[in-house]
Amino acid sequence: MTDPVLAALRDLAEPAPTSLAERVVDGWLRVPGPLGEVYAVVGDRGVRLLRPAAFAGELDAFLEDYRTRHGRPVRPAPRAPRGLLPALRGRGEGPALDLGDLTPFAREVLAVTARIPVGQTRPYGWVAREAGRPKAVRAVGTVLARNPVPLLVPCHRVVRGDGDLGQYLSGRADKVALLEREGVEVAHLEALAAAGTRLVGSDTTGVVCFPTCHHARRITAAHRHGFPSLERARDAGYRPCRDCRP
Amino acid sequence: MADDEQLRAALVEDLDAGFEAVVRTHGDVVHAVARRTAERAADAEDLAAEAFLRAYRALRGYDHDRIARLDLRPWLLTILLNTARNDRRDAARRPRTDGAADPPDRASPAPGPAERAETTDLGDRLAALLATLPVAQRTAVVLRHVVDLPVAEVAAVLACSEGTARSHAARGLAALRTRLTSTEDTS
Repeated sequence: MTDPVLAALRDLAEPAPTSLAERVVDGWLRVPGPLGEVYAVVGDRGVRLLRPAAFAGELDAFLEDYRTRHGRPVRPAPRAPRGLLPALRGRGEGPALDLGDLTPFAREVLAVTARIPVGQTRPYGWVAREAGRPKAVRAVGTVLARNPVPLLVPCHRVVRGDGDLGQYLSGRADKVALLEREGVEVAHLEALAAAGTRLVGSDTTGVVCFPTCHHARRITAAHRHGFPSLERARDAGYRPCRDCRP
Repeated sequence: MADDEQLRAALVEDLDAGFEAVVRTHGDVVHAVARRTAERAADAEDLAAEAFLRAYRALRGYDHDRIARLDLRPWLLTILLNTARNDRRDAARRPRTDGAADPPDRASPAPGPAERAETTDLGDRLAALLATLPVAQRTAVVLRHVVDLPVAEVAAVLACSEGTARSHAARGLAALRTRLTSTEDTS
């Protein structure tokens, strides 16, 4: 006769959830992106890393760097995670992201950046303020320079406070190209920046916006007024737009 | 399912592909021991995953000879138990701030070990009583009787002689039988 205690002990050995191997081993993909191919590394909770292939170099070197930096094994992914390919074509909500390795502040900065609409730009200082730390402008720049998931979190839409486009992970030319694909008139923005204009208001509504805000772009030339700062716009009787919140 | 010799060859051939095979082969036993080591069921998979990642990081620093000599299962279980011990020490040093301090295992407040020991299901009572054993006895019982390891491997994981491993397992099992009877008497 079998010992019921020993039998019950053996029954305590529940098998591992089928997800354990997926939890431990990440998957890599090479997929088309807006400026050529991108490499992506995906864990069971979402996309962990994305890099333009032209910037990251050879696939093997990219993967070896990932293994070293993150200490995680990575194998070819069986399929692209839901939403990744449409997001790289500029459509949809985007795939789930796994940003668990980042600090809470970095995650907040990326969450704020992810809410900047297509075809619009915001200054670093705006991101800092929206993330709840208005003085942490440089820290925002650092977080975005290390964005593990560019394109999916559109750090190319964050520009310098003086209107200059600023730097980008894979170079300024990529930033210009990405913004132009989204319909941003980069030459026009640069002209405004050179003229010291940071905000644009309409004298019919009395509302002042960032130049790329969809409200600002509807203002006709006759009613358009540029301002170097929000203070100056307020002094002139304008209130900040509720959508772009300058 | 691959045996350890095939797994070691696979690790030498391609560390990441080989490691995935290691997780698929030894995942059940590592998870089962994690389940009896972690306080909450929800932590068992985290603990097992963390132990496997530590094992992977160690393997990246091993040369082929060292991998070829590895006894994978006891090596993985040793890493698991060290990981669990470090986690407990860290948890004692700094209280959790992620809101997971209370067991959200079930919707109702989780019963304590004593209450769980009074439930009628033998498995539930044993699981609760296991948690009350001294660590060496509990580990020996889990390795020997829950996941059914040979005594030599239990000794390797506990870093003791086979005689000591056998004695830890026997004393733990005897204590479980005694406590089972005493909880029956009081109910």
